[in-house]
Amino acid sequence: MKEVILIKNGELALKGLNRNTFEDMMIKNIRFRLRDLGKFEYQKAQSTIKIEPLDDDIDFDEVVERISKVFGISAYSRAIACEKDFEIIKEAAEKFLGEELEEVSTFKVEAKRADKRFPMTSPEISRELGGYLLSKHRNLSVDVHNPDITVTVEIRDTQAFVRGNQLMGAGGMPIGSAGDAAIMISGGIDSPVAAYMMAKRGLRLTAIHFASPPYTSEKAEIKVHSLLSKVAKYSGRIGLLTVCFTDIQEAIRDNCPEEYFTLVMRRMMVRISQKIAKKEKCLALITGESLGQVASQTLPAIVVTDAVAKIPILRPLIGMDKREIIEISRMIDTFDISIEPFEDCCTVFTPKHPRTRPTIEQLEEIESAYNWDELIETAVNTAKFKAIN
Amino acid sequence: MIYFDNSATTPVSKNAADAMHDMLIKNFGNPSSTHFLGIKAAKALDEARQNVASAIGCDKEEIYFSSSGTVANNTAIFGSVLLNRRKGKRIVTSSLEHPSVSECMKRLSDEGFDVVYLPVDKNGNYSLEDLKSAITKDTILVSIMLINNEIGTINDVKNIKKAVKTANSPAIIHCDAVQAFGKINIKPSMLGVDLMTVSSHKIHGPKGAGALYVRRGLNIKPYILGGGQEKGLIAGTEAMPAIVGFGEACKEINYKEQYDYILNLRDYAASKISQIDNVFINSPEDALPYIINISIPKVPSEVTVNFMSENGICVSAGSACKKGHRSDVLTKIGLSPERLDSSIRISFSANNTTDEVDIFIDKLNQVIRKVRT
Repeated sequence: MKEVILIKNGELALKGLNRNTFEDMMIKNIRFRLRDLGKFEYQKAQSTIKIEPLDDDIDFDEVVERISKVFGISAYSRAIACEKDFEIIKEAAEKFLGEELEEVSTFKVEAKRADKRFPMTSPEISRELGGYLLSKHRNLSVDVHNPDITVTVEIRDTQAFVRGNQLMGAGGMPIGSAGDAAIMISGGIDSPVAAYMMAKRGLRLTAIHFASPPYTSEKAEIKVHSLLSKVAKYSGRIGLLTVCFTDIQEAIRDNCPEEYFTLVMRRMMVRISQKIAKKEKCLALITGESLGQVASQTLPAIVVTDAVAKIPILRPLIGMDKREIIEISRMIDTFDISIEPFEDCCTVFTPKHPRTRPTIEQLEEIESAYNWDELIETAVNTAKFKAIN
Repeated sequence: MIYFDNSATTPVSKNAADAMHDMLIKNFGNPSSTHFLGIKAAKALDEARQNVASAIGCDKEEIYFSSSGTVANNTAIFGSVLLNRRKGKRIVTSSLEHPSVSECMKRLSDEGFDVVYLPVDKNGNYSLEDLKSAITKDTILVSIMLINNEIGTINDVKNIKKAVKTANSPAIIHCDAVQAFGKINIKPSMLGVDLMTVSSHKIHGPKGAGALYVRRGLNIKPYILGGGQEKGLIAGTEAMPAIVGFGEACKEINYKEQYDYILNLRDYAASKISQIDNVFINSPEDALPYIINISIPKVPSEVTVNFMSENGICVSAGSACKKGHRSDVLTKIGLSPERLDSSIRISFSANNTTDEVDIFIDKLNQVIRKVRT
């Protein structure tokens, strides 16, 4: 008798002949996430992935916690694997689910007999096990339509599994299945959420952060590290590139009209980021912009920002309200870090009255006052790398 | 490196570090144990207590070790209230106290005590009239700091005892002397206080040790309960390495000679700073010379701190001045928002020199040129 995890993959089953590749990718991701918790055996069988711990002292709750954050898993359950002997199955069900059954009022038993050599039929197993559990728990009654707990017994080729309700997985697609993209991360509430959302769709993440020392402090960079390590619980390892942005920001201050500071800055950030993206083999940029949230996120402002982009900019939060964004940031546990008060480069030299309806022509004219190429090259080439786990 | 943040903490002196190392590795016993290692530790504890007592100017029986100034302040305040709570509900404090006092006051206010905060003038001083009228015969505790940690204001705490007597009040007098210890004479009997807090890491001792002076005969109630250490007042196994380091650092205090040196350094820095256009000194002229708080309008505190840090110079922003979190002390002495958001604190120790001040002034001019356009 041994506790295992059974994983159902959702959308993956739809991927036809690629299914194996996707599944392997997901297993690889799970292996990586569990690497420091002990030894496990992984088995693919009958559209389920079974993870069985091989060591005795594994922190199973921690395993479940990590599994719950792996994209590509639509549902999973903790189960007991045992011998295919009905007496043992009964005992296992009571031992594993007894406490949980004490706390609910209705249940049903579902049996799936894949191994037809097993002497009892599925309805027999359901009936017998149901009767046994009823005799053990006076609080219970059977409800086959809407039970609080469904006890499932599966008789497979080599062993039997007993489990309670399935748990919702993180959903989405396995990391890496959609390729690579670079998230532009500031330290605010939005960008970590955007990173999480695109990772969920199977993108492997590289992160780009702009630091402007001495206007921004090292603490702001450490804050970005902590935010990314929260995101990495879902996305796996993230390569972070920190760009030194001071010279460019000072050049903007000294050469551009104040009301355009933020817009010129955004365009410079996109120019730098897409060069870094190319180096890092990322096919797109990701930002945490939400339409109309701040002056630089109005539609005309997005038009002038996009005008310098040669690769797609993915904006998963574009149609979301702050409230909805905050809800996700709390769920992924980045909110409390995001609200720590450190200056980030977006708040340095903020114009008092920023332009909300700029045009591409205006920006091009303003930027022609200075030759930015060298500063941009330097910024790209001096970006510092750090791997975040 | 230039270290101008000595009010935040100080480097540990060599003697203190050596003594600590010995306690960590060789003489690691628990002073409560009765075997030879324990006895050795108990002797070291007693010696450290004597060192602290000599530096403060009291008997060693009046010194109680704590793990920090904060724990000593909490013990003093809650211990006094637990002892005196049947005698009245009123507590008097200043409005510029360190959070380890002011947060206790907030809690006591929530618990129904009548906490009176003495207002301060632009120098950070409260008035004697306000003090006298605040203390009534149902006042059970007066807690006022000796030196303000952000601007260096010196409070004349000597006048508290008289005010308490005149009001015929049962009040216990507590003084947070963390910033004053090792810099001026703080002999409790001379200041007329019953309880006094000091801390190790502000005087070149290690972090993790502090002490509360409790006047002989005053039995405040313990606030932290446990195995009866420190005569039951502050329970918890004594942090021997830190306490012994604290004791060693106390032996090296030499405030009389140091004071003139620091005064010179401060005057030198102040004259250089006042030559810079549009830079203000927020500390009062008669403040403790170890601390100068200045404002550099249009250059945010954080930017100055970061710039100095990049250049190997440690100063601090006002106090804990964060975006959206202005210094409470500087707000209360009435600084304009422009000066609040651009304030930094320079705090000296005897290790600092005028050459270091010159480098600092040079960098200050640089950051001003960089940011003010």
